[in-house]
Amino acid sequence: MNHIPRSTRRHTQQATTRALALGVAAVAAVSLSACTAEPTTGGGADPEDITIGFIVKTNANPFWVYMQEKAKEAADAHGVTLMTAAGEADGDNEGQVAAIENMMTSGVDAIIIDPNDSTAIVPTLEAAQERGIATFAVDTQTENNEGVLGTWATDNTKGGELLGQYMRAVFDEQHSGEEPRVALLDLQEGVTVGVQRRTGFLEGFGIELDGPEIVGQQYTNGDQSKAQAAMENMLQAAPDINVAYSINEPAGTGGAEAIASAGKADGILLGSIDGSCDGVAMVENGAFTATVMQFPGRMAEMSIEAAIEYLQNGTEPEMPESGFVDTGTELITNQAVEGVESQDTEWGADNCWGDTGE
Amino acid sequence: MSDASQRVRDAPSGNNADTVGMPLPPRREGPGPVVRTIALAARNPFAGPLAALVVLILIFTLATDTFFSAQNFSVILQQSVVIGTLALGQTLIILTSGIDLANGSILVVSTLVMAQLAQGQPPGIQILILLVGFALSAALAAVAGLLISRFLLPAFIVTLGMFTMLTAGARLYSQRTLVVPEGGVLTVLGSGGYLFGVFQVTIGVFVVIASVAVLHYMLTRTAWGRHVYAVGGNPTAARRTGINVSRVLLVVYILAGLLYALAAWQAFGRSPATSANVFANANLDTISAVVIGGTSLFGGRGTVVGSYFGTLIVLVLQSGLTQMGFDALYQQVLTGALVIAAVALDQFTRKVERLG
Repeated sequence: MNHIPRSTRRHTQQATTRALALGVAAVAAVSLSACTAEPTTGGGADPEDITIGFIVKTNANPFWVYMQEKAKEAADAHGVTLMTAAGEADGDNEGQVAAIENMMTSGVDAIIIDPNDSTAIVPTLEAAQERGIATFAVDTQTENNEGVLGTWATDNTKGGELLGQYMRAVFDEQHSGEEPRVALLDLQEGVTVGVQRRTGFLEGFGIELDGPEIVGQQYTNGDQSKAQAAMENMLQAAPDINVAYSINEPAGTGGAEAIASAGKADGILLGSIDGSCDGVAMVENGAFTATVMQFPGRMAEMSIEAAIEYLQNGTEPEMPESGFVDTGTELITNQAVEGVESQDTEWGADNCWGDTGE
Repeated sequence: MSDASQRVRDAPSGNNADTVGMPLPPRREGPGPVVRTIALAARNPFAGPLAALVVLILIFTLATDTFFSAQNFSVILQQSVVIGTLALGQTLIILTSGIDLANGSILVVSTLVMAQLAQGQPPGIQILILLVGFALSAALAAVAGLLISRFLLPAFIVTLGMFTMLTAGARLYSQRTLVVPEGGVLTVLGSGGYLFGVFQVTIGVFVVIASVAVLHYMLTRTAWGRHVYAVGGNPTAARRTGINVSRVLLVVYILAGLLYALAAWQAFGRSPATSANVFANANLDTISAVVIGGTSLFGGRGTVVGSYFGTLIVLVLQSGLTQMGFDALYQQVLTGALVIAAVALDQFTRKVERLG
């Protein structure tokens, strides 16, 4: 128990730079709960004594809400306690730092986070590790995988590549003889997941970002109404667009609306990435040519299980060379093409966002 | 009373009571051309935004082959219906020297509730659902209006609180993409046809233009309209002339709430699919449009026509820059610059007026 005064002292030092009242409250809480904050590794801890904190990017997007729900289910199934938190908006590092600090204060044994900022979150995760808290990441890797024992995520580049390969194959099949004229509904300037998906898509499709095939490219923030306006404007600039890519399904929904109201639903192939039940329905009704499904449910379950395993037996999860466990991607379409593996919308509706069932 | 109403009637052109009696520096010479132009613009409140719109259209017409087409203009008009309608409500509130940060979230809540109610319902029920949407929207706005008019809480804080609560409430209510059945009353504003074979018009475009016209008439030709300007220009003076200031404010918020419900209906016309995030951040977009449209953030001066032009200016920028191949971020830079320029012009106009 000799680490209690040490951690209390360190916390008091931090508190002087912050609001005094908050610091005092935190110190009091740490003192009260310091026993549970002690590392339980190798102790064969009882599940009932384990508390895991699960922090997602925001609760504005169904993807993260779903992941959090699945984490809750997994925690319940194993009899461990789950605390949840979220950033305010995509990119809100400060909110996630505060969530980690609050969870440390309340004495969690492990923290699983979907980092809003892969770099800025690392010092806080390392501080949590110093306090004996096991840390893991889901959905997004930290910079150089620092500050975490393991990561479970979608290979976004691979997801994009899968979509690109499929779109190329279906284009060659349905538009043979035509030149591809591609419009991109992107995420934001310089956000990792957006860059990875687009890079993968272009590679899979076999074109360069500055190639003549790209006739329009807009940032949508993954927002439906912004994507709709962006697609309308791109269609004005280049009415002969025949392939459209969207970073996620909300952006895809906006793009599909613009394409439909321009009366070009038959002439433009539209591919998306996400794999929600809503997105599968869009493939089913023909608004999307295909979507790439991710498995946030798997990310939640696998990371919770790894955290429990580590806390009970001290076994660190094994990570492949990439630094993260690929939780998989599936292409969902009703227009299968040769050479690209895909599932139909019936399978998609049964498995959207991955009830692992395994 | 006749003196007071005379003063109120002049309010739209900016001769507010609060500028009377300010100490004036001695004048040495007649007004220069810049001052004369600004004074002229002040007497014709939406001339400035209209001129800016025309200039932008000219620039993009010269810069691209694709901008100047009937089809492109019809697309821009369709893009204007939701933000344009929200901006009308925002204008009413800013005219009373308030501000509404909650307009987008009121729209989100009413689209979600309407979409949820419409699941699996025949088109006949949709009129009732629409009424629910209007009532809900008006009620939410009335709550803000009551807190602001009766309890004299600052509009910024009240609507910030409403924005935060409703944003969270909308996410708690539904995380799904909800789709209302197409072809019924809820999506009717998105239907329409072609004029002269190329110019696509939807009912929604007529509705937003008609709303601008009706509100412009109400603000400039009715006693209620004069009261709105008077309350925004100088509430103390308005109260002394016998205007029921808190009632005028409450009516303004409820009317704005009805306009947000109209915008929610317009949004179904644009896209029958909605979620907790669609138009959630329209508050800042509408404030930009209203300010670019020449309405003063200090209240008492501005027009709904200007706000609609302000909406179109932002959309024309977006469309034109997209077609020139510019990144959307440049559009944001330019929109921000226009907002600051508009506020600067407003301040300068007031100064010119004070100088006589």
